[in-house]
Amino acid sequence: MNFDLRLPIGLMFSIFGGILTIYGLISGPEIYARSLGINVNLWWGGGLLVFGLLMLFFAFRKPRD
Amino acid sequence: MPINIHLAGIDYAILAIYFTFVLGIGFALKKTMKGSSDFFLSGRSIPAWVTGLAFLSANLGAQEVIGMAASGAKYGIMTSHFYWVGAIPAMVFLAIFMMPFYYGSKARSVPEYLKLRFDEKTRGFNAISFAVMTIFSSGISLHALARLLETLVKWDYWTCIWVCAFIVLVYIFLGGLTSAIYNEVLQFFMIVLGFSPLVYLGLRDVGGWSALQEKLIPVATSQGYAAGTWTQSWEHMGNPIENPMGVNWFAMVMGLGFVLSFGYWCTDFLVVQRAMAAKSMSAARRTPLIAAGPKMLFPILVILPGMIAIALNNQSGGAFLPTGADGHPDYNMVIPSMLAHYFPPGLLGLGFTALMASFMAGMAGNVTAFNTVWTYDIYQSYIAPKKSDSHYLWMGRWATVFGILVSIGAAFMASKFNNIMDMLQLVFGFVNAPLFATFLLGMFWKRATGHGAFFGLVGGTLAAMAFHGLSCAVGVAPGIKGGWIEPHFLFRSEMGQNFYMAIVAWTSCFLLTIGISMLTARTKSDADLKGLVYSLTPKPESEAEPWYARPAFVGIVVLLITVGLNILFW
Repeated sequence: MNFDLRLPIGLMFSIFGGILTIYGLISGPEIYARSLGINVNLWWGGGLLVFGLLMLFFAFRKPRD
Repeated sequence: MPINIHLAGIDYAILAIYFTFVLGIGFALKKTMKGSSDFFLSGRSIPAWVTGLAFLSANLGAQEVIGMAASGAKYGIMTSHFYWVGAIPAMVFLAIFMMPFYYGSKARSVPEYLKLRFDEKTRGFNAISFAVMTIFSSGISLHALARLLETLVKWDYWTCIWVCAFIVLVYIFLGGLTSAIYNEVLQFFMIVLGFSPLVYLGLRDVGGWSALQEKLIPVATSQGYAAGTWTQSWEHMGNPIENPMGVNWFAMVMGLGFVLSFGYWCTDFLVVQRAMAAKSMSAARRTPLIAAGPKMLFPILVILPGMIAIALNNQSGGAFLPTGADGHPDYNMVIPSMLAHYFPPGLLGLGFTALMASFMAGMAGNVTAFNTVWTYDIYQSYIAPKKSDSHYLWMGRWATVFGILVSIGAAFMASKFNNIMDMLQLVFGFVNAPLFATFLLGMFWKRATGHGAFFGLVGGTLAAMAFHGLSCAVGVAPGIKGGWIEPHFLFRSEMGQNFYMAIVAWTSCFLLTIGISMLTARTKSDADLKGLVYSLTPKPESEAEPWYARPAFVGIVVLLITVGLNILFW
């Protein structure tokens, strides 16, 4: 049978979220001049991480749709 | 000033991770491809939310992301008519009225439905024109992607072509339609999550919605239009000279809304195939409705950036968008410009990957539709009938390879001879314009005959051609853009000309099909047409759904919200 698609979606966005959050934490403020001074990597990375983990949570909670 | 996007290591990492997942999905699905129906129809086993998002994403190719943003800059919020007049009503109609016949008839493709409902020649006409069209569309998508990457990141054109084509090839070859559908859903989230911060930053930069409205006033007045033209969708549609699209409300509602959009969303196998892969009738009917939800909001994601970019460009005296060869801003560069302007390393990788994903979604959708129509409607019907199922699965895989090689050839042609592509797209327009009349009569009038349908289609196509030869947009030299017989009818814009051409083609096909059907004998009895025509088909059981989940109810809610959006931005 086909696997649950929420698995790869959740995994991929958790990885993206993780990478961006960490990068947002270690990068200096100078690269954020163009994003109007907002550390978008940190904020959006956090958002993606939450989205990815939610997808994973639902994939594991209900094995098949 | 040309735009350059400088990718850092982290951006390449995101790109690489994305493609690992794309290919991984193909490999993971390989073992589930046991027969041809797994490969072409996903074994009719996919849940509705997946087919719904894939339905949307298959259409979310280059034309959508780059093209709608360009239109947002060029025409403002009137571009929303492509969604709130065009796509949404057609998607609701497909779900409520047409899906029961497509799914219930067990046809494996849209051309096969025409064969069951009408006859062999009608199917052949549709199958062959569709197969040629999809494969060229796939090539055009590939060409556009490679050209864009060449300009933005200075990658080599041919390397881009081969690498992108290879990735699409691998995942479809391995996992068939399921793989394409799964990847389309992945692409959907990539595009939505990759572009949303762009819209947020752009809107914040311009100072919010009311500031944007104000900054769009000089954009309109400097081109000789009324102040609110860029932010009002209906107010200036009384007369074609009052708006930059150069069309009036009648051409918009009938041409774009009724003829072209219904024709595309309800009969184009590229999108309908996604719904046909759903696991049950109710899932198939919910597919377009689930797609309609996000589709309603897509103007925020694709049109709004165009409006923001043109406002900022105007404010900065032309410093935001690069200037095209014709001296106007290069509208196609809206999304790339905004990516380069607002995204720092990291997020840039995400946005850039989303851009690539959108092009590849368009290409993969075309390839899967092509391999199915080729294998079932052309190869199995005319070349090699009565072979084993595993033979057709084998054929499907090689049709994928063949289709992608032809796409690469089409991309080569597009890169060398621009006119050939324009010519082909023109011919596709002639063939597509009348199609919806044939389906409408086929599904709702049992008296429509095979001869009626076939000659109606041919007649509608010829009518479109004749109309094109006799009409021209103001200021356009007669030739490939129309008027090659004699520029008799003048239109304010090519878009207006196009919409009226669709109306003429549809009407001709509609009347011819009725006339010829009345003159020819029916070849299909009422019993043959059960499940294919509305009046002869038992109403679909609502499969014990609660009232709020039934297609008719959801459809009405979707339509009411759409009306509300039209009024809100009137």
